[in-house]
Amino acid sequence: MDLLNFLLEDFFVTGQPLIYGAMVSIVLVSFAIVFVLTYFKKWGWLWREWLTTVDHKKIGIMYIIAALAMLFRGGVDALMMRVQLTLPGMEFLDSQHYNEIFTTHGTIMIIFMAMPFLIGLMNYIVPLQIGARDVAFPFLNALSFWSFAFGALLFNISFVIGGSPDAGWTSYTPMAGANLNPGPAQNYYLMGLQVSGIGTLATGINFIVTILKMRAPGMHMMRMPIFTWSTLITSIIIVFAFPILTVALALMTIDRIFGSHFFTLTGEGMPMMWANLFWLWGHPEVYIVILPAFGIFSEIISTFARKQLFGYKAMVYSMVVIAALSFVVWVHHFFTMGAGGAVNSFFSITTMLIAVPTGVKIFNWLGTMYKGRIRFDTPMLWSLAFIPCFVIGGVTGVMLAMAAADYQYHNTYFLVAHFHYVLIAGTVFGCFAGLTYWYPKMFGHKLNEKIGKISFWFFVIGFNICFFPMYFLGLAGMPRRTYTIEPEWMPLNVTASIGAVLMAIGFVIFVYNIYYSFRYSKRETTGDAWDGRALEWATTTPVPFYNFATLPHIDGSEAFWRLKERGGSTYETDKLKPIHMPSDSGVPFIMMALMFVASFALVWEWITLAIVGLIGVIVCMVIRSFDYDDGFYVSVDEIKRTEEKAREGEQ
Amino acid sequence: MKEIYARVKRWAVLPAFALLLLTGGCAELTVLDPKGPVGESQKELIMFSIILMLFIVAVVFVAFTYMIVKYRDRPGRDEKDYDPNHHGNTTLEIVWTVIPLIIVTALSIPTVQTIFELEEAPEASSDKEPLVVYATSADWKWFFSYPEQGIETVNYLHIPTDRAVEFRLSSADSMASLWIPALGGQKYNMAGMENTLYLQADEEGTYQGRNSNYNGSGFAAQTFEVHAEGEEEFRDWVAEVQSEAPELTQETYDELLVPGLLEEMEFSSTHLEYVDHGTNEGRDYLIERHKDAFEEPLHLKGGRGVEDE
Repeated sequence: MDLLNFLLEDFFVTGQPLIYGAMVSIVLVSFAIVFVLTYFKKWGWLWREWLTTVDHKKIGIMYIIAALAMLFRGGVDALMMRVQLTLPGMEFLDSQHYNEIFTTHGTIMIIFMAMPFLIGLMNYIVPLQIGARDVAFPFLNALSFWSFAFGALLFNISFVIGGSPDAGWTSYTPMAGANLNPGPAQNYYLMGLQVSGIGTLATGINFIVTILKMRAPGMHMMRMPIFTWSTLITSIIIVFAFPILTVALALMTIDRIFGSHFFTLTGEGMPMMWANLFWLWGHPEVYIVILPAFGIFSEIISTFARKQLFGYKAMVYSMVVIAALSFVVWVHHFFTMGAGGAVNSFFSITTMLIAVPTGVKIFNWLGTMYKGRIRFDTPMLWSLAFIPCFVIGGVTGVMLAMAAADYQYHNTYFLVAHFHYVLIAGTVFGCFAGLTYWYPKMFGHKLNEKIGKISFWFFVIGFNICFFPMYFLGLAGMPRRTYTIEPEWMPLNVTASIGAVLMAIGFVIFVYNIYYSFRYSKRETTGDAWDGRALEWATTTPVPFYNFATLPHIDGSEAFWRLKERGGSTYETDKLKPIHMPSDSGVPFIMMALMFVASFALVWEWITLAIVGLIGVIVCMVIRSFDYDDGFYVSVDEIKRTEEKAREGEQ
Repeated sequence: MKEIYARVKRWAVLPAFALLLLTGGCAELTVLDPKGPVGESQKELIMFSIILMLFIVAVVFVAFTYMIVKYRDRPGRDEKDYDPNHHGNTTLEIVWTVIPLIIVTALSIPTVQTIFELEEAPEASSDKEPLVVYATSADWKWFFSYPEQGIETVNYLHIPTDRAVEFRLSSADSMASLWIPALGGQKYNMAGMENTLYLQADEEGTYQGRNSNYNGSGFAAQTFEVHAEGEEEFRDWVAEVQSEAPELTQETYDELLVPGLLEEMEFSSTHLEYVDHGTNEGRDYLIERHKDAFEEPLHLKGGRGVEDE
């Protein structure tokens, strides 16, 4: 009886028709998946091919699929918010429900959509671009993915089990502390981010080592493709920034679950320390999600302008400068905390300085198009749309950096408009551009151009209609995170909501295009779908699991372009040697599943179960430590067979 | 022919933008129509930056349009202006590094000046002592204490025009931010700490104020009205509150602190006599009394405010 009470009152979220609907659909979809897998006898396939894989390409694809699912979830959250904000006095969501939704929207879009999407693309592309057979630590890579996947799962179940966190993605203390925010909801935020953060940190380390140690012979640092450079710099930011988040989350977890006083009002805690720690990680974080997008745009603009990248060195150095500056600007997120004139002046200037390297990049992209011969395929359209939209986001960012003016913009829709202009025009356009661009490499066919363009125009026009009015809403005094609007803000809010609907249509068309192209697109016969320039286009499509049969000697930047000019190939029969590859392993999946159990228990403060789960994790580590399987060799015969089959279409 | 079509397309974009600006113009842009010197200096800074930024946007947009029109792949294009090996121009790159640096400098100087200016009471009224008002946020209402007048109000305040108001900001629980957009920018209210914010109204009128920093389920309703009136009228109002309003006993105050919404109220004494939440001693005052009152969040529906219920 007690158990039933607990289940109905605390464990399951009750009383919300929308959430009942979600529960029913979750149960139905789960049954459908189980049924399909069982009916088609696919359980073994799923385990062997996906759950235990250490192949960077498959891991990349899993990241991207998960990120698209999260984009859907975060997008539904966004649409619900737009419905509630369209008219004054709207009763679609109450204040508490609205707060939960904007919290999950922000957290999911940054942590579980933007980052995994980009990490997915990095996973697939970077080893190919540098001529590697996999990442440096394939096992760790699988561990990264499963830690992200289970972290995302943990965060997402909160809305049907226990309630969603409602303290905003920034979760400022003391509001997010145990006193003002009791219950398990906020613990989901802490544990979800903690578990997935392990994976992100590991990914950062993995890519640094991969890029530094596994480049093809002759590929100096200054010959690396620019997307690889952006990945390297991003990884370095990750390695420096994520430990801060890990520590901050751990401190707040200990506060909430074990009653310590790091960020509490009682017992001499320092609530404002959280804001500092959060943004010490949080500001580098936004560069973690923008720099890879910059890399993607550079690749695409150069390919479709059919020219070398303009100012390669300047592009690299500007990314380095941006990365360095990203660690000395965090206070601009709370100029209004009253730190005094000197502090605010310092952080105003450092923040504005970021505009300089970013401006250099913008002009270099324009320079890349100068004297080019521009084709307007869908990936290029996304990249071109990025430039003007991002400039609007960038200049308003400079305006926000001016502390004295920021006292008026802070916490308003002006800020909301700004960061959506940089994050959507930068990161989301970048993800769509990158996915469309590398799609033929990943899946053996292009996405349909016509449908792709329709989806592009819906999304980009919708995006501008949705977010441009928000600048004016901010100047009209509309605070962010309010669940209800004043009558005078209505016209602009109606406009914004119309834009949101157009974006949603664009997204649906994009997803439909995946299905349509799977059915009807022409299959790729060569590995080089767009007349590409970097090494990822040198392999066949589909990419063999060992990536390259042989590696050419790299004698300059744009390795594949040079290879094509002199008629070389990545299949030179006289140079064939057995290839050493890592073995698959089920340990990462099981270990992170146990971590999930432990974290879920911590969310509910069931300490015994948490300890049991953690012991399971440690046992997995021990098993791994005594695992002497150091991979296998692919024989020359097998390489020959694979390559010959894949290259049939070429001649 | 195609060239003309491209041009028409380009110009068609402009009316669309104009329309958007027009809808923007319809809403009252409070921040750009300030009623006091603080908001005024911020508005000047904002307008200055907007002009510079529009210049940058124009340069980039023109260059962008030029590139994608002139260098698009089209049949019959002159082969001479396709140069696949063109990969940089040091002079140009220096130019577009230095010009942004100059722009950033041009923005930094007035920014830093204004930052320091706003740390002090506005010069326009330096002949008068600022009126001190303790603005305390508690989930989800505002207490305004006038220590010199010995009165306290809840969720509204009166201020005299042409005289600086020195807000001493603090919070009894979560972090809030006091913002009266018509008068000027905001600053945080934090428990156990005191921030000072100077604002001033030059025109009489009623202005909207609010907590702009999200702090939970009652956030949207944590608003207040500012009545700016002549010195004379302000004094009358003070006298009226002093003589007619009840005293704010500690017991009443403790009850008012329970998380929730309150109507407008006034008292003829202030809570500063027994607790100042802006000091280290006062930071856990509310938590010690109402720790368990946060179990159930508010579920506000529809419009804001208690009046609507």
